[in-house]
Amino acid sequence: MTLSNASPLPHGGGPVLSLEHISKSFPGVRALRDVSFVLNAGEVTALIGENGAGKSTIVKILTGIYTPDEGEVRVGGAPKRFASPRDSWASGIAAIHQETVMFDELSVAENIFMGHMPVTATGLVDWPLMRRRASELLKRIDADFGPDAKLKQLSVAQKHMVEITRALSHEAGVIIMDEPTAALSRNEIDDLFRIIAQLKAEGRAVVFISHKFDEIFRVADAFVCLRDGEKVGSGRIADVTEAKLVSLMVGRPIDQVFPKRDIAIGGTVLKVEGLSNATEFADISFELRRGEILGFYGLVGAGRSEAMQCLFGMTAPSKGRVMLNGEPLAISSPGDAIAAGISYVPEDRQDQGAVLELGIRENVTLASLAAHVKNLFLSRPSELQDVRKLGKRLDVRAANWEQRLGELSGGNQQKVVIAKWLAARPKVIILDEPTKGIDVGSKAAVHDFIGELAEEGLAVILVSSELPEIMGLADRVLVMQEGRVVEEFIRGSWSAEDIVAAATGVRKAA
Amino acid sequence: MTPPVRQAIADAAPPRVSDWLLRWETILVLLLFVVIAGNTIISSYFLDIYNLSDATYNFSEKAIVALAMALLIITREIDLSVAAIIALASLATGLASEAGAPLWVLLTIGPAIGIVCGAFNGFLVTGIGLPSIVVTIGTMSLYRGLAQVVLGDQVIKNYPKDYTAIGQSYLVSWPPLPYSFVIFLVLAVLFGIVLHKTAFGRKLYAIGNNPTAAKFSGIPVERIRFQLFVLTGLLPGLAATLLTARIGSTRPNIALGWELEIITMVILGGVSIAGGSGTIPGVVLAVFILGLITFGLSLINVPGIVISVILGCLLIASIAAPILLRRAMGRPKRQA
Amino acid sequence: MSAILKHREAALAAIILAMVAAIGAYAPAFISIPNIVRVLNDTSILAMLALAQMMVILTRGIDLSTASALALAGMISASLAQYHPDLPVIAYIGLAIAVGILLGLINGGLIAILGIPPIVVTLGTLAVYRGMIVVYGGGNQVNASEMGDTFQSFPKLTLFGFSTLFWIMLAVALAVWLFLTMTRTGRGLYAVGGNPVAARYCGISLPRLEILVYTIAGAISGLCGYLWVSRYGVAYSEIASGYELTVIAACVIGGVSIAGGVGTVAGTLLGALFLGVIVNALPVMQVTPFWQMAISGAVILAAVVVNARAEKRGVKLILPEARRAAGAAK
Repeated sequence: MTLSNASPLPHGGGPVLSLEHISKSFPGVRALRDVSFVLNAGEVTALIGENGAGKSTIVKILTGIYTPDEGEVRVGGAPKRFASPRDSWASGIAAIHQETVMFDELSVAENIFMGHMPVTATGLVDWPLMRRRASELLKRIDADFGPDAKLKQLSVAQKHMVEITRALSHEAGVIIMDEPTAALSRNEIDDLFRIIAQLKAEGRAVVFISHKFDEIFRVADAFVCLRDGEKVGSGRIADVTEAKLVSLMVGRPIDQVFPKRDIAIGGTVLKVEGLSNATEFADISFELRRGEILGFYGLVGAGRSEAMQCLFGMTAPSKGRVMLNGEPLAISSPGDAIAAGISYVPEDRQDQGAVLELGIRENVTLASLAAHVKNLFLSRPSELQDVRKLGKRLDVRAANWEQRLGELSGGNQQKVVIAKWLAARPKVIILDEPTKGIDVGSKAAVHDFIGELAEEGLAVILVSSELPEIMGLADRVLVMQEGRVVEEFIRGSWSAEDIVAAATGVRKAA
Repeated sequence: MTPPVRQAIADAAPPRVSDWLLRWETILVLLLFVVIAGNTIISSYFLDIYNLSDATYNFSEKAIVALAMALLIITREIDLSVAAIIALASLATGLASEAGAPLWVLLTIGPAIGIVCGAFNGFLVTGIGLPSIVVTIGTMSLYRGLAQVVLGDQVIKNYPKDYTAIGQSYLVSWPPLPYSFVIFLVLAVLFGIVLHKTAFGRKLYAIGNNPTAAKFSGIPVERIRFQLFVLTGLLPGLAATLLTARIGSTRPNIALGWELEIITMVILGGVSIAGGSGTIPGVVLAVFILGLITFGLSLINVPGIVISVILGCLLIASIAAPILLRRAMGRPKRQA
Repeated sequence: MSAILKHREAALAAIILAMVAAIGAYAPAFISIPNIVRVLNDTSILAMLALAQMMVILTRGIDLSTASALALAGMISASLAQYHPDLPVIAYIGLAIAVGILLGLINGGLIAILGIPPIVVTLGTLAVYRGMIVVYGGGNQVNASEMGDTFQSFPKLTLFGFSTLFWIMLAVALAVWLFLTMTRTGRGLYAVGGNPVAARYCGISLPRLEILVYTIAGAISGLCGYLWVSRYGVAYSEIASGYELTVIAACVIGGVSIAGGVGTVAGTLLGALFLGVIVNALPVMQVTPFWQMAISGAVILAAVVVNARAEKRGVKLILPEARRAAGAAK
């Protein structure tokens, strides 16, 4: 069996795959509405849009995880229906996922060929052939590891290379890369771009999803921009500017999106000195004042969440000091942090924030149950009092307060999670990617609300990877890179370019 | 940009008959009536109050353990070593009896040994971070093995009369209520209140549904799980005290296989093996259903092992039925 | 095959050798050839059941019904011998395996099609299958004198000193090893256990594999049912009662991860051998057999603690110096 006859797609220019009037809804959310675009062979198409714009729904439709409600996917002109990931794979579509999802305990060769291992005439796996082909493919992308290494021994970048090799092993005509650079270092990104150039040269269509404009302009030929599940623009990258793309994405220029409130900033509430742990972050020092919104910006994997979770007592620091209102704090668990007046709204809503099987009321009071205990028992009226008040303030949309959290939209879930943390009556609130993956309406409500909190005298830490959000809301921004704070920016004397440059380490290198 | 005028959000959903009818507890109540009716038909001895009172002996000790097991399973853990703890606790009681210990020692040594065993399980699971199913398979062998090492093929008998009286006489003479049954009822009420009315109970549900989110919410997940393991040692210890007093002897194979019957009670009671859901009333109903089926069938001389076939089928059917029901009803709903 | 022995298997083998040497130092008869042969013969059934259980655990499942299925299949096979003592032995074996396959299919179907957790299903069928022995046999037992010679002599035949029991175990082990390492489906078991979501992306169907492994486990339980009954010369409702836990113990000691996706044929065989050596050493050491259960419990706990230590905690390497240090350590 030679490699090329596994390829079902035409090479050499022209459309390879097209989406025709795709729509997809979930209970309460219209994820995609009438989206059409074409992928051409030998081209990189950037799929851009804010979190929740519908990019991941498109990826899931292309990879056979979801089936569209309306419209069709055409491969090489023929309409295709993907009932399972296998169907999509068989049509020559391969995806490289945000977090590499593969088999840690198995070898590189097996990871590459899982689901389509070569077999001998007797039906047994042809290990020598599989190893040989794996090494050939790895050599093609200049990988620095062999087919027999166990996946768990590899770095994130190397795992990406395994996934790319996996796509190559099937001669996939369409390769989707969903934020492939998120966890990569500068050099690793250069390697990736070299491979993408090679894929292009071989006539494959690449879908490139990224939030980083410098990468998009460096690697993409065409773009498709989504907003709120609709296609709002597409064309050649050469014909647009970064500013034009940003305004397409957000629909309005940045400074109009986030009207910054004028808030008097008070005295220091929280003082962190030299917070470090062994492998994730080092020497984090900052002060936070009443009414202030302090932004933490950085690439995904820069150690921001890890530092915040340490501050919140989830992990123990190796050294460093934390003072709240001048008093040294000894925090060894989240319970201690909550009692001291620190709340942390975690990044991963589904996993760390929401208890989806419980009702809204039970979620809202979960971090402050002690306040509702009357004579040993929980008092439902007392709980409801808090729930009604916070629910109204956060504009939670629900049928009733006992509704299961899992039945609400992502945005409303997030509002409930934030309500839980306010119910704990904090002095300091840390919001970690508070608008990740929620719809625009909820997003605006959350942004509005963050401003309100600061106005009421809370000290707010906002961890975000969305530059417009950080620049719109924060008074100061600390930029983290590879586990350290590398630069501080003050409102009024910053530029988006400088902040991004600090986060990506460009400035340091120069 | 002003949001549309919204109606106020209700405190709770309006009560609907169909919701109430589809509750697991409702189904269990119906099942219990079927069992009682069936038993009444097949045996005229069933409704005799003294027979019924004797029937409670068959399940009270297991039911006491099931209460603790329910809490543990709600938090996504399991303890397969409970029957082995009973054996070890019974052995300790026997040794104390042979040494001529006073009554209060005989009554407390079982629970004390149970606490030690439970704490060891809890330490291995929450302290070292091992999966509870493997740990308790191991301690199950270890605890019962230790009992076997000490006892060999011997039997401890000749317990003092004042001790065996607790297992063999009634606490209340009319209606005739044995100690073990009364203790079970009292504990059931206590557990029901703790699980459904207190902050501690709420935390158990949060842990079972999403341990990570629970931890982020300031709930000391591992500490609570440890406490539950200790509790799931204490109650088998108490059950051992009652059981030993009732049968008046200790053998190495005492309570053999009980862990499976206890877990069956809990699961039939509507506690999800995946954690996060289940109620104490459900478990209590399941205890009565299983206890009365066993009793009814033994009245017509069905051998115990055949009864276990029926109970095994009941367990699987009770889990399969809601799944099938949901599939039958769920599909069309999604179209709407 | 020695080339595929990994770190963990090598360590376990070394421990077993050290143990055997220590026992031999105390009781030299233990390391005589006939005794070693006896230990291997004795451990064969446990080894086969452990291999079956390993495949189930690889998919993140568990089969608690294995000993009950063994007993039921053994009973049915024995009663065939009771009424038709002159059939060729393959008929008895075939019937036992067929019964096992049916029981395994029931487990697999309930788990894969209805999506009931494996622990719940097999907890139920543990009681049901064992109870069916009484329902089927009316509580009677089949004794050696009633089974006929063909039925009973087969496991006692020897070849190069080893009994058929051992050779069958070897054949089963080889077949399982071939299946797990040399077939797409076998590798798929590791994939679904290691990462079910990624396996789905690769087009591997978990329900199909579940039905397969529980059926294979049933078949092996059935085979072992025949072997057990014919070897010990009695079939009744309590045979192998509680043995499922010994089987799971062998897997755990052999390095099979209860979380799925990790486990090897060599490790599992060594896990079974470990328990087999202990069981056979106790009488030689003049320790009462009552110690057996406590020791195996302690060994299981030691094994899980050791295995857990080998698995690393999820610490991220973000600081450049930490990444360099980790890179250097590699």
